[in-house]
Amino acid sequence: MGLLSDPNRRKALTSLLTRLNTPICVVCYLAGIAWFMGLAFEPFTLRTYMSENAMGSTMVEERFSSGERALSTAREFAAQKKKVGGMPVDWLVKTMQARGLEVFTQSFSRNLPFPDESKERFMVRGTNVYGILRAPRAPRTEALVLSAPCSPGNSNNQAVGLLLGLAQYFRSQIYWAKDIIFLVNDHDLIGMQAWLEGYHHTNITGMEYTPLQGRAGSIQAALSLELSSDVITSLDLVLEGLNGQLPNLDLVNLFHAFCQKLGILCTIQGKLQRSDWDTVEGYTHAAQTMMLMVLKQASGRPWGEHGLFLRYHIEAASIHGINSFRQYKTDTTTIGRLLEGMVRKLNNLLERLHQSYFFYLMPSLTRFVSIGYYMPAFGLLTAILLLRALDLWVQLGSPTAVMEDGVGDAEVQSSPGVLSLLTPVVISHLTGVALYTLPVLSQELAVQHFPVSETEAVVLTAIAIYTAGLALPHNTQRLISGEGTEQGWKVLKLVALLYLAVLLGCTALINFSLGFILAVTLVPAAACVTPHVPKALSAVAMVLLSPGCTVLYCIFLFQELQEAPVTLSEGWMLFLSVISQGVLDHALYGSLVYPLLSLLVYPCWLLFWNILFWK
Amino acid sequence: MAAPLTLVLILAVTIRAVLFRSSLAELISERVEVVSPLNAWKRVVEGLALLDLGVSPYSGDVFHETPLVIYLFHFVVDYADIVFMIVDGITAVALYLAVQDYNKNVFRKQKFALEAERYPHDCLELMRSPKEMHYIPLKVAMFYLLNPFTILSCVAKSTCGLNNAVVAIFILSTLKGSALLSAIFLALATYQSIYPLTLFAPGLLFLLQRLYIPVNPCRSSFWLFTVQYAVMFVGSLLVIVCLSFFLLGSWDFIPSVYGFILSVPDLTPNIGLFWYFFAEMFEHFRFFFICVFQINVFFYTIPLSVKLKEHPVFLIFMQIAIISIFKSYPTVGDMALYMAFLPVWNHLYRFLRNIFLVSCVLLACTALFPVLWHLWIYAGSANSNFYYAITLLFNVGQILLVSDYFYAYLRREHHLSQGLYLRRKDGSEATLVLK
Repeated sequence: MGLLSDPNRRKALTSLLTRLNTPICVVCYLAGIAWFMGLAFEPFTLRTYMSENAMGSTMVEERFSSGERALSTAREFAAQKKKVGGMPVDWLVKTMQARGLEVFTQSFSRNLPFPDESKERFMVRGTNVYGILRAPRAPRTEALVLSAPCSPGNSNNQAVGLLLGLAQYFRSQIYWAKDIIFLVNDHDLIGMQAWLEGYHHTNITGMEYTPLQGRAGSIQAALSLELSSDVITSLDLVLEGLNGQLPNLDLVNLFHAFCQKLGILCTIQGKLQRSDWDTVEGYTHAAQTMMLMVLKQASGRPWGEHGLFLRYHIEAASIHGINSFRQYKTDTTTIGRLLEGMVRKLNNLLERLHQSYFFYLMPSLTRFVSIGYYMPAFGLLTAILLLRALDLWVQLGSPTAVMEDGVGDAEVQSSPGVLSLLTPVVISHLTGVALYTLPVLSQELAVQHFPVSETEAVVLTAIAIYTAGLALPHNTQRLISGEGTEQGWKVLKLVALLYLAVLLGCTALINFSLGFILAVTLVPAAACVTPHVPKALSAVAMVLLSPGCTVLYCIFLFQELQEAPVTLSEGWMLFLSVISQGVLDHALYGSLVYPLLSLLVYPCWLLFWNILFWK
Repeated sequence: MAAPLTLVLILAVTIRAVLFRSSLAELISERVEVVSPLNAWKRVVEGLALLDLGVSPYSGDVFHETPLVIYLFHFVVDYADIVFMIVDGITAVALYLAVQDYNKNVFRKQKFALEAERYPHDCLELMRSPKEMHYIPLKVAMFYLLNPFTILSCVAKSTCGLNNAVVAIFILSTLKGSALLSAIFLALATYQSIYPLTLFAPGLLFLLQRLYIPVNPCRSSFWLFTVQYAVMFVGSLLVIVCLSFFLLGSWDFIPSVYGFILSVPDLTPNIGLFWYFFAEMFEHFRFFFICVFQINVFFYTIPLSVKLKEHPVFLIFMQIAIISIFKSYPTVGDMALYMAFLPVWNHLYRFLRNIFLVSCVLLACTALFPVLWHLWIYAGSANSNFYYAITLLFNVGQILLVSDYFYAYLRREHHLSQGLYLRRKDGSEATLVLK
């Protein structure tokens, strides 16, 4: 407590922090970035290990052998799908019943706020089919879910076939202690959302659905399967769920353990693991994998069918079969065995998966970075905001000579009125509210007056409001009575800095990647801005560091990392579709990234923009 | 001055009315930071339902309000929203009047001291001017009514607002010098939640000071008045308790209310220090540590009363703050009451040392409470340790805040007697160090 009560030491520390403020901030920023990039370096990461006892020590034997039959079911399913021109509900019900499951259907409908151009849908209507295999060995209080989406076109037939094959095989086994639900969902995530809401009796997104007729116990874990070819070269594990939520690391370990056992190539973010971590290529590879994960997590959207389960406290992952040009192939029987093994181990669980980590980043499937290792990178960036705030606080205090010891001349300066402080805050938040509500509300109006489609109207309105917000400082100046004082902008900046620090801190706790990416661009802008820097140059810099541009950079980086680089115009088109997807994800699944950016981050950035043009 | 106060009241009522009508009200009334098992509206409704059925409301393990509160709401349950708004208004007006009175006293005392030339010459800048003191009562009312914590607490219909009102009226009647009313409202506050018992000391000290009776155990006048005040207090407490007994026809409420407060059986997370500690503890240590934790609330009364016997109003502030930090089921509404007093100590601002740090901590914690709650309860990815860490930080922040004000107050008093520019013996400038 010496530091808090001894004025001499406090004085020394504060003067050190204010004198060396800029160098310390620069060092913090560089150290934060370096720390983050260092996370992908293998010696700094931890090896994954199975924490859950119930899944670790008990070995199970995989006996599933009817891969061929599953494939023929898949072909039959494909034929039926083509015949019906959508989900072959009757056929699925019949087939599942023939395999001895209790079968139920659920129909749902959902009107999108505006047409989704990438998936070409607007008024969605569909039916989910699910069959429950009742556990013979235990009271039916817990359940596992195996799901496969019924996708349009020719994809994912094998997943449904394998699902039905597994159902038949599982039915004849006696060791199940948890009910197993086999779910074929229509219209991918929308169907999944309807089913989950029906299962848990909630309605958070305004979906219309019929109530579920049959239920099993509380769902402990879920696996979603996507398989579009008879043989595959590798299996990819998709983890990122809604709002950047991740399943327990033990689920990843389980998948990896079985891939090892059965000799299946497994990847994460579509990247194989490399063993040469000490070379530049090895490090770059790991860094790319980790960055892909960070970008996907930051987007806040579910990257697989599993993504919506996580909201209900259900550990879930998607397994995606990839067929490339490699020689080494894996057949359906082996995938079936993998799933059998995983489901059996999950069946052995005595309690929910909770032993292992929930906050992690993965530079490869066997390595992970836990929250304790990655948070300092973010902490270093936020420290800059706090240091700048402290600096301003001392500056604000020094004319009245409060200094550290309180003794000095108490010449009271005219402090800026609350009103002149409140006006920019309120106006920028109102702009944020406009950015959040107007695009969807005004689409009809825009479509009537301009030659654009609804989707374009929404996106372009959003961009227009975003840009219009930049004209704000001039408007604010007129509203404030009198001139802004030197004190005025300092107080405003102090408030804005603390606001941003708290905002980013909360974001980073819920979704580290999003918080970190926003911090990387917003922190330098927030730290440097004053009214006394060259206007034009800093205005350009501020715009380049604004949240909207951050999204744009992320798109280019993501495409680069996925080894599918895009040109500027393609990138712009992607940017537009990402915005519309963001709005849709918010409306359909309750993703929080769009409201966060529009209601909080953007207004906060506008405050700094306002300071730049303070007169 | 009445016009601005009316404006503030209207604004406060508007905000509350809007929030009551919005969908947020339900969400707010579920937050553990805002309602505790002791004062949740849901439980009051449950108690009322039991009462209507002719069952003792204390027969279950849900209801822990005092009998007077349930009989109050028995009559006004349909107008609960309005009652809570009025109660908040009463608290604010009571604080407003009390602080107005207090400031007049302070100024009068300062004038006398100046005329008697009791202050050192370099202390003129520490003197308080009527100009700066003019708006303090209004600021106090504003700090109470527009504090987000109060608004949340009111919208959640937490009965904490009632307790605050009783304490505020106690303060008002004490400051107005009415010993009987002061004792009655102190008894009422004690009856509501036990802890205001510690306000007995400042109340007594203030009344003694007002009657120019020196605090001296050798003087019979001191003892006479103390006994008088104590008898009034105990008498009214007995009357209230007996009244509750006659209303209810049984002593059920004693274990159900006071036993519940003192033995802390409900470990629902809240912003206090009890829940995590007792959830983790082995059962056979429980009794010992409950004693330790509860004594903690009452113990500080003795040293603080000794140190602040000349400044009972500041002592009231300290006591309310300590109660709201260390009580067994604290909510943000309790914090709001002592925060309302902060404008009264505006003149201590120059001596505060950690106000920046403390306000950052309190701000960050307030934002982090819902986030970590979400991660723990809904997302399931964090656990109770995360939430408790923030609770701990929040309380450390509050303690720092209170001790900072305490230090600043003593420091100002020291300067007022010793001069502002302290010199060491060798003539160099001295600084005060608290170790």
